[in-house]
Amino acid sequence: MTELPHIQILTRRSFVVSAAAGLCLSSRLAHAETPSSGTLERSTLFNEDFRALTAGAAPVEGKIVLELPEIAENGNFVPVTITVDSPMTAENHVKAIHLLSTSNPVAKVATFHLSPFNAVARVQSRMRLSKTQDVIALAQMSDGTLAIATTLVKVTIGGCSG
Amino acid sequence: MATKPRIKLPDTVKTGDVIEVKTLITHVMETGNRKDSAGKPVPRDILNTFVAKYGQDEVFRAELGPGISANPYISFQMRVPGPGTFEFSWTDDHGVTTVETAALNVV
Repeated sequence: MTELPHIQILTRRSFVVSAAAGLCLSSRLAHAETPSSGTLERSTLFNEDFRALTAGAAPVEGKIVLELPEIAENGNFVPVTITVDSPMTAENHVKAIHLLSTSNPVAKVATFHLSPFNAVARVQSRMRLSKTQDVIALAQMSDGTLAIATTLVKVTIGGCSG
Repeated sequence: MATKPRIKLPDTVKTGDVIEVKTLITHVMETGNRKDSAGKPVPRDILNTFVAKYGQDEVFRAELGPGISANPYISFQMRVPGPGTFEFSWTDDHGVTTVETAALNVV
């Protein structure tokens, strides 16, 4: 069923996200071909939650593939797949993945706790999006480092308030 | 109230396989930001915690917010350590926990 997750996930969008890896956040947001617009306003709540989760550290890009539809017709029901590139061994694994919305009434959508039991750091769910916005996945690694991915979703009909 | 938990596992697995575990449960996941037809706010009522155990081991846990869609679907991966049974539990804002078990058919 998912024996080759890394092949399945190489969609065009995720390739664009991967291709943007290595550039710093500000320059990536300014880059016209990336899915994030960089001009969308982010809620105060999101900024506070994000600051609390990162504690000033700079998350690296390129380790997470955050798959969402480019256009969500129904904001109540937006499928999301998060895959983190990690060997998931006792020494080196993903401890937690935070899923954040930048414009919903509540920024924290979910936190998934993983361990070496999982073998593959891949989680799926369905989320609400109140309007067009960036969705962010933030992963905490066992060595204390952070990884981040951002995906812009255009919402046609907003989900009533996540 | 959470009802009808549904679990999807591969029909047969071998020890060492990495499998996808799919879970779904019926729940309104009321955000607390909505108003009813009379204009009164509808109080928040969501499943806020999901835990998956395999045997004695906790293999996955999620904290859910109101940004998760109604009837929460969650899937995760696991390497099969051997024969065993899953225990899944969902806890709502009132502290009520719904539990479902599913045995893994290890051949």
